Amino acid sequence: MYKIGVIGDKDSILGFKALGLSVFPVTNPSQAEEVLHKIAKEKFAVIYITEQVAKDIVESIEVYKDERFPAIIPIPGNQGVLGMGMQNVRKSVERAVGADILFKE
Amino acid sequence: MAKMRVNPTRMELTRLKKRLRVARRGHKLLKDKRDELMKQFLELVKKNKELREKVEKMMMKVHDNFLIARAVMSSEMLEQALMFPKQRVSLEVSTRNIMSVDVPDFHFKTKSDDESNIYPYGFAMTSGELDSAIGTLSEVLPYMLELAQMEKAAQLLAEEIEKTRRRVNALEYVLIPQLTETIKYIVMKLDENERGNLTRLMKVKDMMIQQQIEAMH
Repeated sequence: MYKIGVIGDKDSILGFKALGLSVFPVTNPSQAEEVLHKIAKEKFAVIYITEQVAKDIVESIEVYKDERFPAIIPIPGNQGVLGMGMQNVRKSVERAVGADILFKE
Repeated sequence: MAKMRVNPTRMELTRLKKRLRVARRGHKLLKDKRDELMKQFLELVKKNKELREKVEKMMMKVHDNFLIARAVMSSEMLEQALMFPKQRVSLEVSTRNIMSVDVPDFHFKTKSDDESNIYPYGFAMTSGELDSAIGTLSEVLPYMLELAQMEKAAQLLAEEIEKTRRRVNALEYVLIPQLTETIKYIVMKLDENERGNLTRLMKVKDMMIQQQIEAMH
């Protein structure tokens, strides 16, 4: 049985706790990194991470990119959408196709 | 084009021809794999993009509601209200196979005593905004899981496509030209030997005829 984790600043992720997800409030990037590596080893299949936190620990997130678990998915925090999640989608398109064919505007 | 360092013999020639056949076949198969993967990937990623836009919009609504809830309630009260969740979410993970890439498939189950009442607090001490925030959040959750599944699948497929494309290119632009070049080299060398042999024989024959003519005189 797998669990779902949420990493982010306390104010953004408090609500997830009410739904029964595991919530890990963090305050700085190094703490976030630590938590991420710790719970990635446990039985977490999905880890949501707020974009505000994710933008500072991109390298640590990349480590798990090609692994099957956990799926680390950036979600917008309470300070608005940074576009990081979209950026990731765009990156995988670029990686696969060699050019950005989905988002050209 | 660089050819390989081989002995120009007939044995080597057959061996190389066999290798070329295998390489050509592999190239064709990999190319088909790449095309199919690409088709699947583009479909997936298009859906992924739409879903992400939707989830992001919904999340912003949740955050808005939360912000108001926090404004009208003290933070201690808010924390207290959410401290003990009533619901548990557990995740079943199976894998799906897309062109021999294992992508995860999530099914989540919520465990709560009462499906209609997901709020882990009494309504007396909390504001209505919190209720709607939690309500929308529980609506977003299935979409978020779908998004997680899709995004991971897209990442894994992207990796596989990249790998396959490299292999196809290596075969197409390195190995196959190299093999053809080497085969050509061996064939030319063998032909040259053959011609050399022929001229030598003709020369020997000429010399023998010359000797006979001289012996008759």
